[in-house]
Amino acid sequence: MSKSYIGKSIRRLEDKRFLTGTGKYIDDVKLPGMASMAILRSPHAHAFITKIDMKSARAMEGVIDVFCANDLEDELPEIPLRLAPFTDFQRFLQKPLANKKVRYVGEPVAVVVAEDRYIAEDALELICLEVEPLPAIVTVQDSLKGETLIHDAAGENIGTQYSVSRGDVEAAFKGAFYTRREHFRTNRHGAVPLETRGLIAEVEPTKPLLRLHGATKVNFFNRRHLAEAFNLPESSVELIETDVGGGFGVRGELYPEDYLVPIASYRSGRPVKWIEDRRENLSATNHSRDITCEMEIAATADGNILGMRASVQGDMGAYIRTNGGVVPSKAAQFLPGPYRVPSFACDVQFLITNKTPVGTFRGPGRFEANFCRERMMDLMADDLNIDPAVLRHRNLLTPEELPYRIGELVPGDPDATLDKGDYPSALDRLLTECRYSDWIDKQDPSDGKLRSMGIACFIESSAAGPPESASITVLSTGDIEVRTGASSVGQGTETGLAQICAEYLDIEIERVEVSHGSTTLVKTGGGTFHSRNTVMAGNATRIAAKKVKEKAKELAALRWNCHPTELTYENGEVCKSPDRFTLQELATFAETRGDILSADAIFDNEKKLSYSYGAHAAQIALDITTGLVKVERYWLTEEIGRALNPAMIQGQAVGGVIQGLGGTFLDHFIYDDDGQLLTGSFADYLLPTSSELPEITAIALENFPSELNPMGFKGAGEGGIVAVAAAVGNAIARALKPYNISINELPLTPDRLREALRGAESLK
Amino acid sequence: MKPPKFSYLAPESVKNAIAMKQELGENARYIAGGQSLVPMMNFRVAAPSALIDLNGLTELSKVSLSSDSALNIGALTRTRRLENDPKITGAHPLLAAAARHIAHAQIRNRGTIGGSIAHADPAAELPGIVLACDAEIELQGPRGFRTVHAVDFFESVFTTALEEGELLLNIKFPRWPKDRKWGFQEVSRREGDYALVGIAAWFDLDATSSISACGLSAIGAADTPVRLTKSEAALLGSVPSLPLFEKAAAEVTADIDPFDDVHASAIYRCEVAAALAIRTLTEAWERDT
Amino acid sequence: MSERLKISLNVNNDTHACEIDARMTLADCLREKLDLTGTHLGCEHGVCGACTVLADGVSIRSCLIFAVQAQGMKITTVEGLAKDGELSPLQEAFHDNHALQCGFCTPGMLTTAEALLTENPAPTRREVESAISGNICRCTGYISIVDAIIDAAERRRQGPP
Repeated sequence: MSKSYIGKSIRRLEDKRFLTGTGKYIDDVKLPGMASMAILRSPHAHAFITKIDMKSARAMEGVIDVFCANDLEDELPEIPLRLAPFTDFQRFLQKPLANKKVRYVGEPVAVVVAEDRYIAEDALELICLEVEPLPAIVTVQDSLKGETLIHDAAGENIGTQYSVSRGDVEAAFKGAFYTRREHFRTNRHGAVPLETRGLIAEVEPTKPLLRLHGATKVNFFNRRHLAEAFNLPESSVELIETDVGGGFGVRGELYPEDYLVPIASYRSGRPVKWIEDRRENLSATNHSRDITCEMEIAATADGNILGMRASVQGDMGAYIRTNGGVVPSKAAQFLPGPYRVPSFACDVQFLITNKTPVGTFRGPGRFEANFCRERMMDLMADDLNIDPAVLRHRNLLTPEELPYRIGELVPGDPDATLDKGDYPSALDRLLTECRYSDWIDKQDPSDGKLRSMGIACFIESSAAGPPESASITVLSTGDIEVRTGASSVGQGTETGLAQICAEYLDIEIERVEVSHGSTTLVKTGGGTFHSRNTVMAGNATRIAAKKVKEKAKELAALRWNCHPTELTYENGEVCKSPDRFTLQELATFAETRGDILSADAIFDNEKKLSYSYGAHAAQIALDITTGLVKVERYWLTEEIGRALNPAMIQGQAVGGVIQGLGGTFLDHFIYDDDGQLLTGSFADYLLPTSSELPEITAIALENFPSELNPMGFKGAGEGGIVAVAAAVGNAIARALKPYNISINELPLTPDRLREALRGAESLK
Repeated sequence: MKPPKFSYLAPESVKNAIAMKQELGENARYIAGGQSLVPMMNFRVAAPSALIDLNGLTELSKVSLSSDSALNIGALTRTRRLENDPKITGAHPLLAAAARHIAHAQIRNRGTIGGSIAHADPAAELPGIVLACDAEIELQGPRGFRTVHAVDFFESVFTTALEEGELLLNIKFPRWPKDRKWGFQEVSRREGDYALVGIAAWFDLDATSSISACGLSAIGAADTPVRLTKSEAALLGSVPSLPLFEKAAAEVTADIDPFDDVHASAIYRCEVAAALAIRTLTEAWERDT
Repeated sequence: MSERLKISLNVNNDTHACEIDARMTLADCLREKLDLTGTHLGCEHGVCGACTVLADGVSIRSCLIFAVQAQGMKITTVEGLAKDGELSPLQEAFHDNHALQCGFCTPGMLTTAEALLTENPAPTRREVESAISGNICRCTGYISIVDAIIDAAERRRQGPP
């Protein structure tokens, strides 16, 4: 009987070590002779460094090394661009240590290496940093003015700017029955995984070897650049992946510390560990989302969209890091969303400010674009007196219109096309699930609260980037080893790939062990981002499993002295009735021949993206007196092509929704006028907790398997978060409709809602 | 985020602790639950030269009712016990209810009533309760024993009437009549966060069903917890009613002086304090005692 | 009076002697001196809950107590929850309910839930939500964790005493 694992909610193979406290995260790794590193970070947002006095710190007992940029013989490398590498950005790249000037609070200035972290932090307090302060640029408006330059050599604070369009948007607006213009803002917040970043570098004094533990996400890209930076052949750089306590976009990119920890190890001749603490984390790890969007829509009297035009401004922080211009560029690209928008034009500006640099966070640009567009759809629905669901239906692309070319909306990206699907049916399913027709505009003031429902539609791309690798080896013990270049950031990659391997090899899943990420495992790898693991590594695993079966048949054919085509494969065995060989027997046989029962595979989707799509609905209760909002119920539908592990997909969806509620109500990096981060601890940077959880219904649809990969997968990692602020914002706006309040800026704090209500009440 | 170096001392008696503090001087600190002090040390915003650990002093964690039915709670009593110990929940339900709003189980298991009061965070619940309830705070120091009324204890943010070397022994809550009406309401960003603003209230009714005595306080509404004396004056002598509560609530802003921070503006705190006063008084009134 | 101290800790029913600085937190002592790295540090200022351990059966933040102060307490860490290599009903329930993803918050969730179920063998969903509201999870969205704890309560009620 054949084993079936794909599509089953298999309990995760990773769980046991996590449940018993025996996982190995980076801070759990201890190497002999290991020293600890801490970083002096700029307390100033913008200043010239006039002096760094490290004498007392160096003299402290237990301190091994203290250094700043001036102490390094070699010029420090620039942290490279990985994504959306618009050419002008070269002027704004970051070096691992500030030299002459600091540009954001949290920028590394000096490094201490000591016997332990306690001593290292003691030594930090003895370093005397003297500066000549400069005015801090903390808004995109001030950045644009350019009165103070953050990077003098660049001559401007504009990272880059461009315009994209399709169709004749001027014509569409001219003579349109309906137009509306709105200003939206999504606030600066970030991924903030529970495990902070951390690295351990080891160098070999006698041979060229740099081993970096704690790597993840895009290890092969990072290896290439670290090899270049340290003037080593790639084969001499090993990036080792440990268990990872959450990624969500920020973890595993190249940061200053990826250079500083190896430098510290080279200088001290010892393995060096650096664990980011939470205070560092909130100002050192990429921020995200910080977008303002001026948006206009044109439509017919029936609400048929004629055109959209917008100007998107991204606050990029002080440097352009590896993620380049992803956040604003994707916000612009996704503005039209799942709708038939015949003409579209968008100006995009990337502005440098004295804040922590920006990178991707789950659903980068999508979360932002959805909030702007879906709020606009609801405003238009009200203006035109059309039900919001009906209005969306009128504008959603139909199955007949797909695939749909959305054009070249990101300079340098290939022309993008939405793949096949049925957007209206995903919305319909949502409307049925949430009993939309019963709820819309229904008020239940029995407890003094305003209740309402809001909906939002989304599309979400998945599986961008380079090809992915997998190799499968049958060991003579009978165990099966899967290795992949993809990483795990905690999402269950091991289980997912084991399911695919066990299904195609028709064996018990318990026999499969999956190793991932480390550059020592496979020759190449693409990495983990853009909801791509299941699509890319999953398909690579399938190909490898098929190849292993073929190889098993070849080996068996040798034993039986027949032709492989005479043999069948079932139940993990090669059969020539009534005889059979197990995989273990064939692996042992291979060994005797100096061979191994193994296969390598690469899956390449030729950069053709699969688009998941769906809709969200939120039912909220608003206490008008306190401005507190409770999301009582939440629904979402998401077409994911094919579900590998429904329970894990549910986990992605629910986790995404709650993370999105944080972005809607809580998470906020707030800076004052001097560029000081005011929300620099978990007492002030608020993450969602378990209190006030909504009841969530997450429905994964499998009606349109992707035609862009043989297994039909679409990414499922981001659909849960991307439309949360949109749906919740619409629900709150609907509840407050009588007050005519604009819900255009996140986060929707009690204070902000009260402020708006105060304004509205005073007008009454 | 590792704390700076300090010397550790474990005194065997209150007397011993005070002698240690006298010897070590201002830079030494007492530590009880440490749930506010240790984070400050981990952030290195507090760097005591020595910690004098009070946790071994079992004499400080006694709970008793005195002959005048006053409730005596030793300063080292864990916050969790305030919500769970029937001796306390029965004798002072308002204290127990407010305690449940303090942070999270792990913090309440370790944090102490004395620590919270001595720390004097203006948004903390327990200082608001001792203030509303006319508790007396019993102190021991190098110059002996003294009692400070809650009204005189809180001076500013993190600043109290405690003098150098003094520590909290006991908090004495006056008798709590069985049929006293009480309420506690606060607004926070998330469960367990410090209150953006909160109101504690109690009142007693006389034979004519008029309010004969009452106490109201606000937290998160100034640089200390605030006794709402003008609201109390508005309530005294009148029969409870929604209009009466509204009248009392209208007086709230006269007594408070809130601040802006990243979580809420002063105006928000004013508005919501007044609104919560109505809700708290209504909650008290509707309470079946 | 000393900055350097010899202490003895009872952790998971074993007695451990170690020499530490007075300033070493219990969390660091467990991780660095006793090599019990299941207790995680997510914030070191008492908000995230990842470092939660049991002290005499009740949950505390091990980042907010110094190791020296834990002498005389019976400390239980996540490593002490499984008995003889068998997952406890609570751990089993987490596994069955997909109540973890990256696993970083899991030790603190388990210890916090263990304390809750000892105190309250039949909690409501609301009580569970409140009990774990001091434990941050960035992956799961909490709902499966609440499911698991409710499920574990049921298993414990039906299981052997």
